[in-house]
This record gives sequence, structure tokens and C-alpha cells, in this order.
Amino acid sequence: MRVLPVDGHRQEGHEGDSAQTSDQDWQHWQHRKNPHDQFDAFPGARRLAPSRVPGLESTRLKRAPGEDSEPTLTASSPEPVTPVVVARNLRKSFGNVTALDGVSLELGRGEILGLLGPNGAGKTTTIQLLLGLTTPSEGEIRLFGLDLTRHRREILQRVNFSSTYVSLPSNLTVWENLNVFARLYGVRDPRRKVGELLDLFGIPEVRNRVTGALSSGQQTRIHLAKALINDPEILFLDEPTASLDPDISAKVREVLRQVRTERGVSMIYTSHNMAEVELMCDRVMFISGGRVVTEGTPAEIVKRASSRSLEDLFISIARERA
Amino acid sequence: MWGRIGALVLRHLYLYRRSTTRLGEIFFWPVMELLLWGFLTTYLQRMQVPNAALFLIGAVIFWDVLYRSQQAVTISITEEIWVRNILNLFIAPVRISEILIATCLVGVFKALAIAVILGSLAWLFYAFNLLVLGPALVPFLVSLLLFGWAVGMCTMGLILRFGQAAEALIWGVPFLIQPVSAVFYPVDVLPRWLQTIAWCLPSTYVFEGMRAVLRTGKVDYGYLGAAFALNLLYLALGAAFFGWMLKQVREKGYLARLGME
Repeated sequence: MRVLPVDGHRQEGHEGDSAQTSDQDWQHWQHRKNPHDQFDAFPGARRLAPSRVPGLESTRLKRAPGEDSEPTLTASSPEPVTPVVVARNLRKSFGNVTALDGVSLELGRGEILGLLGPNGAGKTTTIQLLLGLTTPSEGEIRLFGLDLTRHRREILQRVNFSSTYVSLPSNLTVWENLNVFARLYGVRDPRRKVGELLDLFGIPEVRNRVTGALSSGQQTRIHLAKALINDPEILFLDEPTASLDPDISAKVREVLRQVRTERGVSMIYTSHNMAEVELMCDRVMFISGGRVVTEGTPAEIVKRASSRSLEDLFISIARERA
Repeated sequence: MWGRIGALVLRHLYLYRRSTTRLGEIFFWPVMELLLWGFLTTYLQRMQVPNAALFLIGAVIFWDVLYRSQQAVTISITEEIWVRNILNLFIAPVRISEILIATCLVGVFKALAIAVILGSLAWLFYAFNLLVLGPALVPFLVSLLLFGWAVGMCTMGLILRFGQAAEALIWGVPFLIQPVSAVFYPVDVLPRWLQTIAWCLPSTYVFEGMRAVLRTGKVDYGYLGAAFALNLLYLALGAAFFGWMLKQVREKGYLARLGME
């Protein structure tokens, strides 16, 4: 059996070693502000309002008010940076089945982390734990430096989630659905915000249409609009393009990259489309059997495993497990 | 807090505004029941069974308030499971108490609408005036609403824990309570051991109290007080049971499964 190279300190989930995280990766997400990322994904799409996240324009990460964890340092930057997500040594068992076994991860501000792995690997469980939908058997989760258990509501105000497997009420209009969520998140001017998001996704004409009558591409975009309704600082995206045709998928990816570039939104992204992962993710983490098997930039881990491509690597990991 | 509760209430009002089937369903079954029992009691009255019309028609209206109040709480959550929207709600910065208050408020709207419609129809068809209950009418209705919420919270906890397999409980649980609550007959017709159970339910005091008012024209405040005291107990138990089920659901990862199944 071929043994894949692993970043041992992460897999083992040691505490207090965030400074050891791959410095190249951190630099990569911190300074990735490519002017070529500026585009209009959908015809007529509008720019987002300027970011409300202080300090994003300089791509220097600072500790936000109320964040109570110690900031970390990168080798290239003398200024302190705080990962927006820190999960340490997560374990989750369902009866005799261990779904997650010592997974640790960090996510930087503005970074897109791909969670990869075969079905049943533990990706969805990881996202559930990070959103507080499921409680871990062991381990610690901090978002924005805040403990998830104690500050769940404050944290949820600043994050959002979209999944192919979750829907909005199909018998309500797009406006009604988005208005309800705008109010739940305390958006000051729902009418303006909903209009802005529908423009961003290039579908202002669906505003008064019943959600269930839309095409799957439109519904996915409405769900992504819901995920952006509160200007989240972290987006959890579970196979966001799974049901879309290649054209709409590309456009959705473009919007997501635009959101990241303009607002510095961090994302945790799952997908079974390896080409998409290579396009979208700054860093990927392979999970198999509830453990982190390898992580790094897509290019790094392909090279490290002497694989031809990310897809080949995925297949080899899935088959080793089988 | 009230903004978020308002948003959740709005979500259900949108649903009813958009779906005439749903709107019709609120009224269809209660009206059908009223017609069936109403004409039966007219017949019984002709057979000279005293106060039959008053007791039975009053019971039908009161029972529907309890039943719809319980259903409003459980269906609101089940609706979110059906449309795969429950995860969106649980990852929003909403307290569980806010979700419960919103569903209870939806229940109030439904129960009030039912009481008004059925009260009007009962007056129109059977010359039964609900207002004959006088000042006790509102506390009786409130008491039934509270008990409906308590039962609804327990049912909702079971649905979250056991998923769609437990959905039959939405319609089944109230009918477990109905025979013991002495809705259509006095509690003393029950076997003695069942009477003991019956007096542990707030609904029994309300239905007995209603019959006492119709019979004597006087409100028995002892019944009202007992109903409210028991309601406080049942609401506390219902909330605790729901919280316990939710904790289990989070520990076992059922919430995510419910949201995606």
C-alpha cells in the first residue's frame, strides 16, 4: 500500500502549532488578489458594495474586536494574523462508527480551502461540526477566535452555508424567501440587499417568481444569494455546482471568486469535481476514513504524491481506503 | 429578537398567502367536524337529550382550538423538513426559543381564526352562541392554546429525533389525549383509574369547566386555576423534553441528516 505524504502536525492535531502551517500556503491566500479575477460573471452583474471587513484591502489580517484567541505569525509577515477557523483534534463517533478521527484544520481570512474525499470520508461531518449542527465527541472549534459552543449565535451571524442538498421553500417567491432570511440575519435594507444579490447573480427578473418554478441553475444561484445575504465572512459551500451545467458552473465559480476578491470572504468548499477544486481552492485537505490524509496547495499535493493530477490522487486515495 | 421572530412568522404567513390549499385546510376539517357533530346534536336535541347541542358544539370548537394549536407548532417545523429548509434555519443566528415563539404565534393566529369561523357558523346553523361562556371564554381558549403548545413541543422533539418516520404523531398524538380529556362527555363516565389520569390533564379542567358554565351559567375558577397551573407544568416539561431531544439530535448528527434526506 502506497503511503501518502502527510503534514504530520496537522493530522496529529497538536495544539498551539499554527505557526508551523505551510507558510507558502498562507502567503498564497494572503496575497492572492489577482487583477484578472475582476470580471463580470453574469451579463449585467453589478459589483458588490465595498467590503465591511476592516483591513481587507491591504490583505493584512488583524484581530477583530472580540476575538479572543492569540494571533499567529507567518514567516513572511511580521504582523499578527488570526485564522478565521481553527479546529483542533476533532473526533466524532456515532455509536461504534468513528466518522472523524483527530481532524485539525485552519482557514485564513480570504482563503478557499477544499475539503476532498470519497463519499463517507467525513467532509460533511466536518462541515456540520464547524456549523454547530452536530456536537463533536472531542476537540475544539473556534471561529473568529470565538469558541463555537459558547458564542454560536455571534458566529452564525458572520457565516453562511449553501449546499446542493438543501433547498429554500419552493412555494414562496424568490423575494419572499430572501426577505425572510434577510430579516433573520438582521439586514437593514432587505429590498436593496436582495436587489443587489439578484443583480450579482444576473437574475433580477426572477425576483417575483415562485422559487420552485425556477430552473436548477437559477435555484442554485438563489441559494447562493441567500448564503451571501448577511455579507458572511466565512462561506461553507457543499458541492455548490453539483447540479449545474458547465456554463452556469463556470459563472457561479466566477461570482464566488469575485466575492472572495472583493470582500475577502473565506470559504470551505467541497466538490467531487477536481478541475473545479484546482480552479477554486488555494489549499485542499484530503480526508479519508475520518482522517486527514494529505493537505497543501493542489499542485503541491499532486507533486508530493507523484500523481498525474488531483483526480488521479483522489482515485488512489479512495481505492486505498476501499 | 422580535425581528427574527417576525421573520419566522412572516415565512409561514407567506406560505398561507401563496397556497389556497393550505389556507383552505385550516378551515376545511374544523368546518366539516362542526357540521357533522352539529347536525347530530340537533337530532339528539329533538330526542330531548338536555343541553346536548350546547355541550357538543362547544366541545367541537374547543377541541379544534387545542388540536390546531398543537398542529401549528409541529407542522411549522415539519414543513421545514419537507422542503429541506431546516438546515438554513438552524445555521441562522436564531435561538431555539425564537423558533418556538414564532411557531406558537402562528398557532395563535390559526386558533383564533378557527374559533371565529366556527363560532360564527355555530351561531348561524345551530343558534349556539360561543359568547354565552362569558368572561371564562378567553381564559379557556388560552388554556387550550398553552396545552396545545406543550403537546406540540413534545411531538416536535420526537419528529426531530426520529425524522419523517414520526410524522404520523402530528395527527396521532392529539387523539391519544382526546378520550382522556373528556371532550364530549363528563369525566365521571370514565373508569375510575382513567379519571385519575384525566384530572392530570389541563384540557380536562377546561372541558369540564365549559360544561359547568353552560349548565349553571357560572364560571368555576377552581377549574380555570387548575388548568393554568397544570399548563405551566406541561409547558416546562414540553420545553425540557424538546431541549433534550435537540441535544440528542445534535450529538447523533440527525439534524444534518433530516435537512438533507
